[in-house]
Amino acid sequence: MGALELKSVTKSFGSTDVIKGVDLEVAEGEFCVFVGPSGCGKSTLLRIIAGLEDATGGDILLDRKRVNDVAPAKRELAMVFQSYALYPHLTVRDNMGLALKQAGVAKADILRATDKAATMLSLEKLLDRRPAELSGGQRQRVAIGRAIVRTPKLFLFDEPLSNLDAALRVATRIEIARLHRELGATMIYVTHDQVEAMTLADKIVVLRDGRVEQVGSPMHLYNDPDNTFVAGFIGSPQMNFLKSGPLGLPGETTGIRPEHLQIKKDGSITGTVSHVEKLGGETLVYIRTHPHGLLTVRLFGEHDHSVDSDVTLEPDDKRAFYFDAAGRRLR
Amino acid sequence: MARARTSIGRTIAAHAILITWTVIALFPVFVTVVNSFKSRRAIFADPLALPWPQHFDLVGYTTVLKQGDFFGYFQNSMIVTVASLFFVLLFGAMAAFALSEYRFKGNLLMGLYLALGIMIPIRLGTVAILQIMVAGGLVNTLTALILVYTAQGLPLAVFILSEFMKTVSDDLKNAGRIDGLSEYAIFFTLVLPLVRPAMATVAVFTMIPIWNDLWFPLILAPAEEVKTITLGSQVFIGQFVTNWNAVLAALSLAILPVLVLYLIFSRQLIRGITAGAVK
Repeated sequence: MGALELKSVTKSFGSTDVIKGVDLEVAEGEFCVFVGPSGCGKSTLLRIIAGLEDATGGDILLDRKRVNDVAPAKRELAMVFQSYALYPHLTVRDNMGLALKQAGVAKADILRATDKAATMLSLEKLLDRRPAELSGGQRQRVAIGRAIVRTPKLFLFDEPLSNLDAALRVATRIEIARLHRELGATMIYVTHDQVEAMTLADKIVVLRDGRVEQVGSPMHLYNDPDNTFVAGFIGSPQMNFLKSGPLGLPGETTGIRPEHLQIKKDGSITGTVSHVEKLGGETLVYIRTHPHGLLTVRLFGEHDHSVDSDVTLEPDDKRAFYFDAAGRRLR
Repeated sequence: MARARTSIGRTIAAHAILITWTVIALFPVFVTVVNSFKSRRAIFADPLALPWPQHFDLVGYTTVLKQGDFFGYFQNSMIVTVASLFFVLLFGAMAAFALSEYRFKGNLLMGLYLALGIMIPIRLGTVAILQIMVAGGLVNTLTALILVYTAQGLPLAVFILSEFMKTVSDDLKNAGRIDGLSEYAIFFTLVLPLVRPAMATVAVFTMIPIWNDLWFPLILAPAEEVKTITLGSQVFIGQFVTNWNAVLAALSLAILPVLVLYLIFSRQLIRGITAGAVK
């Protein structure tokens, strides 16, 4: 049995259904990532788990106990927010210790807990500062520290890296992964960035329009997507979708990842190069074709292809995915 | 860089407009204060002249301080203004928090209902208010004035504060909830400090009409021991003879406390007015 269980959870705001029946189980110690485009309901789902929103229907079970009517503070969870949400009037130490103080923990114990968390996140020198005196990255570390101090059963992260710059994002991502290994705690992490999902998760939950599209490990979703939505969402650059008919392939749509499409003489697809992105380690070639539209080819290393030159492409049939007209995978 | 966006002509024009406005706004205050230091004859001979030594006269102030319980009037005005201000800010902020934070049926209607008070002058209800106060035995008490002024100030306070409260980060309030703070603790320790500039704005706009009001003190609390300063000054205005020295001196004195309160709030006030513009 899992640390968290959702049973046909629904949520409506007025007449708008935001969450349309979600069933999910998260095991003890698992790192679970909710991913999906904006407006898919992933943050709402996280808020429902936290108790900040009431579910319209269904059950939320933490540690096998139904918590629908339990206040957020009593659910023994901690949350890290995108905007850090540090208390502006408290020092770093008081920010981290507030939850314990509210729970009536002795002062000496609070001191020990905040010191320990500060050491883990190398915040020792900042303990007496106020949030206004910290940089964005430091603030987010304090917010994570505030979550650690509580030793919660469940960590919730709501797009914690979205406000950080690219370099800091990678560093903090690694830090979160390390914390997960060290603490062995169950974590639920919401993001719209599939790279974060792929790199952090034990289990990815892909959401669209308030429904779960597919649940699985990153490589499972990458190698065995259930439908065109998951296939297109996981993996960067995006999977190419070709019309199966003209190629004599099964189904309505053929999905092929950019690395499994080759520029070749006498290939079955003809097109013209529309744009080339050279990234050093790899080269992305965008090719305009008929009737498949713009296709992406990923080449490893440096390659020269001039814009507007004609090329032909050949898909690797063994690595292709086939989908029916409704976007469902044909296996 | 700065020169690219400013020209001398424009700066002069802007300052000219602002200075003109300042002069117009301050002129009545100036005339009042200046004439309060002059003899009666000098006031009428040349109202705009400064109080030069030959017609400098403190007779207005001595009359004011001798006649009636002027410090008592001051005290009454202070009590009424500060107490009303306190209740307007407290209840206004609480109502604004509820309206902006919680989703409940009739939220929008409630907000509109409260905002309606801005458009309907409370004086229209004077007769009814007087009847209520008579029935409640509150005539000639400061409580009556405090109650009326609190009701009068609330609509604008709720309206302005609820707009500001909407700008306070939801994440911050939610973090407080997860950390086990009560809704009251979230309101008082997290939200109120962040809307302080708006509170100061509301405070100034609420305070000045209360301090200057003559209507309700005259109707609800005209007794000697509960007179406010504006009402107290009226004893010098007679049907046939008006003691201008005393009236002007009383009014000059009455400016001081509001000025002090305004200075307390002004720094926050400016931040409140420009909050949306610069950030």
